[in-house]
Amino acid sequence: MAFIDRWARALLLGEIACGMASTLRAMFKPKVTINYPHEKGPLSPRFRGEHALRRYPSGEERCIACKLCEAVCPAMAITIEVAPRESDGSRRTTRYDLDMTKCIFCGLCQEACPVDAIVEGPNFEYSTETREELYYNKEKLLANGDRWEARIAANLAEVAPYR
Amino acid sequence: MADIITYLWPLIWILLGVVAIIVPVLLGVAYLTYYERKVMSAMQRRQGPALVGPFGLLQPIADGLKLLGKEWIIPSGANPVVFIFAPFLTFFLSLVAWAVIPFSAKLVLADINVGLLYLYAISSLGVYGLIMSGWASNSRYAFLGGLRSAAQMVSYEVSMGLIMVSVLLCVGSFNLSKIIDAQRTVWFAVPLFPMFITYFISILAETNRHPFDLPEGESEIVAGFFTEYSSMNFACFMLGEYANMIMMSGVACILFLGGWLPPFNFWIFAPYVQMVPGPIWFGIKIAALLFVFIWARATLPRYRYDQLMRLGWKVFLPLTLFWLILTASVLEIFGWLPKTGL
Repeated sequence: MAFIDRWARALLLGEIACGMASTLRAMFKPKVTINYPHEKGPLSPRFRGEHALRRYPSGEERCIACKLCEAVCPAMAITIEVAPRESDGSRRTTRYDLDMTKCIFCGLCQEACPVDAIVEGPNFEYSTETREELYYNKEKLLANGDRWEARIAANLAEVAPYR
Repeated sequence: MADIITYLWPLIWILLGVVAIIVPVLLGVAYLTYYERKVMSAMQRRQGPALVGPFGLLQPIADGLKLLGKEWIIPSGANPVVFIFAPFLTFFLSLVAWAVIPFSAKLVLADINVGLLYLYAISSLGVYGLIMSGWASNSRYAFLGGLRSAAQMVSYEVSMGLIMVSVLLCVGSFNLSKIIDAQRTVWFAVPLFPMFITYFISILAETNRHPFDLPEGESEIVAGFFTEYSSMNFACFMLGEYANMIMMSGVACILFLGGWLPPFNFWIFAPYVQMVPGPIWFGIKIAALLFVFIWARATLPRYRYDQLMRLGWKVFLPLTLFWLILTASVLEIFGWLPKTGL
């Protein structure tokens, strides 16, 4: 009897019909993917994307060249050189290079920073055609800061109570 | 001068007929790829092509143009003549079969009396394109793919032939128009339902579609017989495969779903369904069958090769033989054998 039962089940294609029904049902369920370049998924305020150097509202750069980020960086992606600024003698960076090809996006630099100068912003769409374009210098990082300041500030304010 | 025109006129007329068939078929092939991608993406809850043109409708054209722009590579070990000829043969055979397909009571290019035999012969020849490509590529993967497809197509043609015979017993003619006419009362899918299902599964195997796409099983043999192909050659293979799918669905429609006959042709529906012309009904039925092709692809995992052979020879062959004898016996006992002999 077991033999007949097995053959009857196989010939009636019960399992195949069951599987086909499940794919047919899936066809009418809402889609789970989004139309990426036109629609974007939500990002956490703690998202660690492209780096930026921030400024104070007065326009003064925040970085005080303490080199904590350089010291903490596990990938050794950051290179900083320091000299007193000629105008007021304050301690400033003359060079702030960030090798994005080395960076592992761990976020330790922004954790280490005492003045919230170096931060990882919400931008992740910065792919380039050459490797050299990913060796960021101070100008590029400050420009990033100016460009993303509104969102970076909002994100920092949102996570501030939990830090 | 007048003589020449009287000679040329039928020729021009036939050429126009050929163009009128081939252009919609090729458009159908292009949009079948779109249809497949859209249905598969819906079943996998994805978006599918949506960027090129409205709803991604220009995607097949973009794909075609991209393929044409690719480099035409002929492997150094290949036999160039056979290598180039094979995809065109596949493509040619998939188009040439359309000559006998009736699109409505009058619309048929060649209303020959052995239409079904012709179709069967053409679909059997299809295996040559694949074998030639597998052999001429001079590559292990292509060779294995060619052998697999040959074995597979030959195995499933046996049961396909027996299924066709059981339909022929009910009709009494090889003429495709007569096969359709015989289904005016009831489509053969109803009395011969198990044969319809078996036939459908056989054409899945015959067109090398999922779950029987062993010849191009990418997890084992890269892309099977068209591993070495690129550009226009590859496009020809793809066009041939998809045109074959449409053609095989068309044959299944003619044999079991009443071809261009309207469905629900009774009671109050009759005047409404008869308003729609036959070719459109034929197209709708083909699209419905192609949906099942794609649906099966989105659902079923690939067969193992021994399972495929077992299904063909040890399940389908006895099943179709049994059903053939059953059909013949029923027709004989009840005296329903068609009177219009061959």
